[in-house]
Amino acid sequence: MKMALLDYGVGNLYSITCALNRLGVEVKTVAEVKEGLDQDALILPGVGNFTPVAARLAEEKEILYDYVNSGRPLLGICLGLQILLDGSEEGEGRGLGIISGRALKLPSSVKTPHIGWNRLSMVKQHEFVDGIPEGSWVYFVHSYYPSLEERGLCLAETDYGLRFPSIVGRGALVGTQFHPEKSAEAGRLLLRNFLKMVKR
Amino acid sequence: MLSKRIIPCLDVDRGRVLKGVRFNGLRDAGDPVELACKYRDEGADELVFLDITASLEKRETLKKLVKDVASNLDIPFTVGGGIRSLEDARELLCSGADKVTVNTAAVEKPDLVSKMSKHFGSQCTVVSIDAKKTGNTPSGYEVYTYGARRPTGLDAVEWARRVEGLGAGEILLTSIDRDGTEDGYEINLTKMVCDSVNIPVIASGGCGRPEHILEVFVKTSADAALAASIFHYNTHPIPQVKEFLRVRGVVVRI
Repeated sequence: MKMALLDYGVGNLYSITCALNRLGVEVKTVAEVKEGLDQDALILPGVGNFTPVAARLAEEKEILYDYVNSGRPLLGICLGLQILLDGSEEGEGRGLGIISGRALKLPSSVKTPHIGWNRLSMVKQHEFVDGIPEGSWVYFVHSYYPSLEERGLCLAETDYGLRFPSIVGRGALVGTQFHPEKSAEAGRLLLRNFLKMVKR
Repeated sequence: MLSKRIIPCLDVDRGRVLKGVRFNGLRDAGDPVELACKYRDEGADELVFLDITASLEKRETLKKLVKDVASNLDIPFTVGGGIRSLEDARELLCSGADKVTVNTAAVEKPDLVSKMSKHFGSQCTVVSIDAKKTGNTPSGYEVYTYGARRPTGLDAVEWARRVEGLGAGEILLTSIDRDGTEDGYEINLTKMVCDSVNIPVIASGGCGRPEHILEVFVKTSADAALAASIFHYNTHPIPQVKEFLRVRGVVVRI
């Protein structure tokens, strides 16, 4: 099993690489989406800031669109999920528009960034969340959350100042607002489920 | 609901974990990767590594340590100690650290905090504040740098507010007076800082018993409690501490 991990050039890809290696996945770090098309799946990691990443991906929008529309597996983590939306309050630039919605700032009633372990409230069945117990703890580090236009894409929610979608999915396209590679048991299970989806 | 975090801290010197009393008198407490895995298995929510190595090969040993830890750990960890530049921070983040913490360099070059926040995001930018009660500043607590050796004249509470404005995503607040004493966290200082900022605060310095952690969570809005000796010497293992907190109504990840 080989997966392409997109490197936006801004940070830590080592943890996600190690987490996948531990599950027996070979990871190819690619600077452009097109270099990763020969792999079994594509991962958009959760590092960096919206604007520069959006700018970097703008040129490859069509390629990503075709990739997702052909039903090939993609996992977006944190910013890697937000970048799939139409845009973000974090900054300028348009998202990829693959999922309708925007990344919004967490309410000022709670401390931001939202750092730490919070719970999943399971919303909808999907093979990505297969076997994830209600109330599982996962690790979050973010200041913006995905606000979806299609509620049906929400697989799990989390409560922090408001209820926001923490896992989204549509077919082979899945994303998490938290970091599965840092979420101990629940994270390992999600990554394993993703592997199963890819193998199928 | 967000859980309160329990964070074992590992002071590292040339690749070994040490535990000091009031920044002095260090004792060897074990292999960092081994300890990291033990804490992960026991339910630590996060780990902090502070490198206190004062030698030329420091950067390389720390990078190697971070890589070793990252390849074995699936919980987050923060690294600090001697980070002076954006490049230092980048190297550690790219080696697998989730967050990096700056202390002396932030005081000397506050611009570094904003740069780190802009380049890597506020979520990986932690500012450590070592504070001591001196009465020389408005809050009574003064910021120290260089491993708690040098007073800066800065007020700890004002400095906390300022680093939040610069883009810090979290504050690691250590009471110099309490560090290593096992007399309990400095509640007054922690409360003042927590009430002045809207970013997470990790309370540090003085933890000797589970009651101290309970106290800091009940009396202040600290998000996390950092401790070293009670975990290193197994006097109060993490599961025991978490159970103690849970039955007293603190939300913890079990």
